[in-house]
Amino acid sequence: MTALPNDTPKKLGLVIDLDVCVGCHACVVNCKEWNTGGYGAALSDQEPYGETPSGTFLNRIHTFEVLPEANGAGASPMVVHFPKSCLHCADAPCVTVCPTGASYKRAEDGIVLVNEDWCIGCGLCAWACPYGARELDEAEGVMKKCTLCVDRIYNENLEEVDRVPACVRTCPTNARHFGDLADPDSAVSRLVAARGGVDLMPEQGTAPVNKYLPPRRNRAPAGAADETPPAAPRERAAGLTGWLERVVEMIG
Amino acid sequence: MHPARSIIVFTTLSGAGFGLVALLALGALAGSGSPLLWAALLALALTGVGLLSSTFHLGHPERAWRALTQWRTSWLSREGVLSIATLGLFAVQMAADLFYGMRLVPLGLVTAALATVTVYATAMIYASLKTVPRWHTRLTPACYLGFAAAGGAMLASAFAAGADGRAAGLEWLALGFLLVAWAAKGLWWFRADRIPLGSGDSRPETATRLGRYGRVRLLEPPHSMGNYLTREMVFRTARRHAAALRRAAALLGGGLPVLLLAAGLAAGGWIWPAAASLSFLLGLLAERWLFFAEAEHVVSLYYGEGERARPAGFPARPA
Ligand code: SF4
Ligand code: SF4
Ligand code: SF4
Repeated sequence: MTALPNDTPKKLGLVIDLDVCVGCHACVVNCKEWNTGGYGAALSDQEPYGETPSGTFLNRIHTFEVLPEANGAGASPMVVHFPKSCLHCADAPCVTVCPTGASYKRAEDGIVLVNEDWCIGCGLCAWACPYGARELDEAEGVMKKCTLCVDRIYNENLEEVDRVPACVRTCPTNARHFGDLADPDSAVSRLVAARGGVDLMPEQGTAPVNKYLPPRRNRAPAGAADETPPAAPRERAAGLTGWLERVVEMIG
Repeated sequence: MHPARSIIVFTTLSGAGFGLVALLALGALAGSGSPLLWAALLALALTGVGLLSSTFHLGHPERAWRALTQWRTSWLSREGVLSIATLGLFAVQMAADLFYGMRLVPLGLVTAALATVTVYATAMIYASLKTVPRWHTRLTPACYLGFAAAGGAMLASAFAAGADGRAAGLEWLALGFLLVAWAAKGLWWFRADRIPLGSGDSRPETATRLGRYGRVRLLEPPHSMGNYLTREMVFRTARRHAAALRRAAALLGGGLPVLLLAAGLAAGGWIWPAAASLSFLLGLLAERWLFFAEAEHVVSLYYGEGERARPAGFPARPA
């Protein structure tokens, strides 16, 4: 059912530490390795050894450079490696748009999953996700996404220490943490509180469960603000254009 | 967004088709016999081909029936349910008229209302997506409804003129709808031009939440080649190309049909509104292509789009 649960007693998710991620892609590889043999269809590759290799991944690492705005002499850009997988949003737009009921959010722990036997591969959920966390598998024609390694975290055949997501288990710098973000006393919640963890694109209203820990202040360029400054307000044009701008704003 | 041919054809044809359904259901051509038959068949063909082509881009078309189950939350599901309901009632009403000479007016009103809501549901699939700021406006359903009504009225007037030689009422109606539709589309384009990716609430700085440290710029994408996301959502059009297509869309979909309809009003004959319809549909294909191609998805912010220019005087990095 694509109606969202009102509230989930548990909010299982990841906390990703941008301060320590070194961009080694180990989590990308282990995620692909575990999930291609686990939950649902395999994660296919197209032309893996050809001219234009491409494939399905549930977790990808981007690398950004931050250019200090107040660029005094000697200011140098800060490089931030940025892992991104599904944020298991509380208000997941990808779930409500799904026409088949294949996409759902589990009432018990908040994990967002796709029932691949029902998915028609329309791709609308990938359009609805602001974060690029869903990829249609070209070989299978069904939507793939991070499962929060649901087949590991509850798996009693694994040793206790392995009952965490593959990406978390493998990260050599401990940049990924797994836990219950609904419980204020959990290790992850305390980490978020201590380090000022944030939501990605809060303006999209998705209420992500996953949190990101920003790089520590000592890495930040001098004069950095506490928050992302708001976008500069647009100046209203004069005359007819200005009037049209007002009309468009009124229509919304 | 990647402009998929199947969706462009689907939204164009089914829009005009449901417009025609609504007008026929409201009694245009009622009791006219074979003109009504052909018009009803065309309406069913346009909506049917549209629906069929929309299943072509699915990964699993054989499960398409499942898409009828989630109408409580999903506009895509609502569209499916509504189109089937509309076409079912429409077939009953047309059969009653054609074979039994019965005018089922209340049924026609319901059918016309359902056809309208169907087009609205199609538009809301796009307009409800916050992730595509250029689609996320009430102007989107206004355009879809306006174009559907204009296309329907034009097609209906071609059949009416075929029967009676003249169809002034329907032609005036088509002209009116065309005017409203293009006014809405003009505003839509005006708005779209003012909100390029990265200029609104969602920016690379909010996508990464690194804005507190400065301007954010992609240094390295996750992989050396593209992926599903970049192919599907990080689609770029050349500005000049888009501007030329906009002119073509407005000319074929607006200017030319107005002239042809005016000629129809002056001279009579089915050929004028028929030519207007053809030109209109061609223009709308261009308009719909642009609707997708010019839509920018906020996920592109993670792939280096929508970034502000490098600040002037920033020390160049070693080559
Ligand atoms: S990150 Fe995207 S796919 Fe995951 S729950 Fe949120 S909206 Fe859905
Ligand atoms: S691709 Fe599958 S999971 Fe996504 S919206 Fe379509 S049917 Fe639902
Ligand atoms: S939780 Fe599992 S599926 Fe999700 S990104 Fe990590 S390894 Fe991949």
